[in-house]
Amino acid sequence: MPYRIETRDLNVYFNEVHILNDINMKIPKNAVTSLIGPSGCGKSTFIRTLNRMNDLIEGFKKKGDVLLDGEDIYDPNVDVVELRKKIGMVFQKANPFPKSIFDNVAYGLRIHGIADKDKLEKKVEKSLKAAALWDEVKHKLDKSAMGLSGGQQQRLCIARTIAVSPEVILMDEPCSALDPISTTKIEDLIHKLKKDYTIIIVTHNMQQATRVSKYTSFFLNGEIVESGPTEKLFMEPEDKRTEDYITGRFG
Amino acid sequence: MKDRLGEFLIEKGLFITAISSVVIILLIIVFIFSEGLPAMESYGFLNFIFGSTWDPSSGQYGILPMIVGSMGITLLALIFSVPLSLLCAIFMAEIAPKTVRKIMKPVIETLAGIPSVVYGFFGLIVLVPLMRTYFGGTGFSMLTASIILTVMILPTIVSVSEDSIRSVPSEYKEASLALGATHWQTIKNVIFPAAVPGVITAIILGMGRAIGETLAVIMVAGNVAQFPSSIMDPVRALTSNIALEMGYATGMHYSALFATAIVLFMLIMILLVIANYFHYKKKINVGGGYL
Repeated sequence: MPYRIETRDLNVYFNEVHILNDINMKIPKNAVTSLIGPSGCGKSTFIRTLNRMNDLIEGFKKKGDVLLDGEDIYDPNVDVVELRKKIGMVFQKANPFPKSIFDNVAYGLRIHGIADKDKLEKKVEKSLKAAALWDEVKHKLDKSAMGLSGGQQQRLCIARTIAVSPEVILMDEPCSALDPISTTKIEDLIHKLKKDYTIIIVTHNMQQATRVSKYTSFFLNGEIVESGPTEKLFMEPEDKRTEDYITGRFG
Repeated sequence: MKDRLGEFLIEKGLFITAISSVVIILLIIVFIFSEGLPAMESYGFLNFIFGSTWDPSSGQYGILPMIVGSMGITLLALIFSVPLSLLCAIFMAEIAPKTVRKIMKPVIETLAGIPSVVYGFFGLIVLVPLMRTYFGGTGFSMLTASIILTVMILPTIVSVSEDSIRSVPSEYKEASLALGATHWQTIKNVIFPAAVPGVITAIILGMGRAIGETLAVIMVAGNVAQFPSSIMDPVRALTSNIALEMGYATGMHYSALFATAIVLFMLIMILLVIANYFHYKKKINVGGGYL
């Protein structure tokens, strides 16, 4: 099985606090991998390490390697900007820019040097269609994105992310603030996207993990307790702690 | 019951404190208008505002040169100060390491606390001779005054716009960086545009300070009540006009100085309205809400 991302003995510290402890993980290509675990167990920190968003946080230190297609993304020669173009991210709280819907999706294209109007329009339409938002917004592309509902805003953020054609998409609890209908729409979208993208999704919702992902890793206190095919992890967990968590005995 | 009485007294007490500041301002306005309007009426409103000669000894009360002077000094000061202040604010809010910011912020805020007479004195002793040496003339000029004002309004614009840049939600910044934008692209396209309403407020505050500044301007502007033919000419600001002549003015002259204050007041009001209009319009454009 081909792997996109691999971490080797990854340890992450914020100042002196040890957040992630010896994470060894392989993320398969063109599949959805979900990360589950109680709040504060390091899932978000882990995926933010994968696109180097943690670099922004003061006191961030890491040991061990994070490899994308076999190359260390923390190598001093790696261009962070290029890396983040390849590894897109959707955040927990929908965070569209205070700009028009069109400009939100076009933003990434413009900063990467696409100025041609036709090209932009085509790309924006394609991305909005891919994010299953086109029909709802096609008549109001010039309106502010802040006027959209929470679910629409989150799909807009996904459209914005896929517009720049990343190879990997990180999703940090993308549905945690959404109602069930919006959540279903986003899950359908994830199913559609997994053909072309490697997706890593953090979720608190275990049903969601079983619905969308092929592989699941269970995080606890900064360590990976168990990883494996989603079905197996939920049906016959090997570790007692995994079983306790998925049956709702703690967390 | 006793608690409720306390509550009642506190609420009314706060109301009285709040309303008294409004009343005091209203009283000042009424006083200025009642003292100044007679002069405007008897000299003619248009003659007063568009008259180009100010010569109280021969009964000439045209204040257009002073309006031009005030506007010119303020505009020049803004042209110098706004780019400088905004770049400084962006540097402090986004680029400077924590330690640098910790030193810069109080230093810049201290600039706001220096009395204006000190700025004026510095201008008189250092800047005026410098201008005289390099640009000729007396050294007292519109340019000299606006340079002093540039420094005086800098802290206001820097600290207010820095606050508004820092209050842009970090989600915007993260979203932009996660799309592969560079730090500068993020500042230019996302952070700064989102901070524009606050930046406009900062500029309004700076402008208000510039147009109202009296002492420092008197000390370096030359105070000649005539139209400047270049920025190197001496000018008199509206504020200077009042401060310089109030000590000995009587009768019509005295009233004309109050009328000058009315014009200054109106000018500031007009600028505030214009600035608020842009502030409001920009808010909609930026889309910070469900509009």
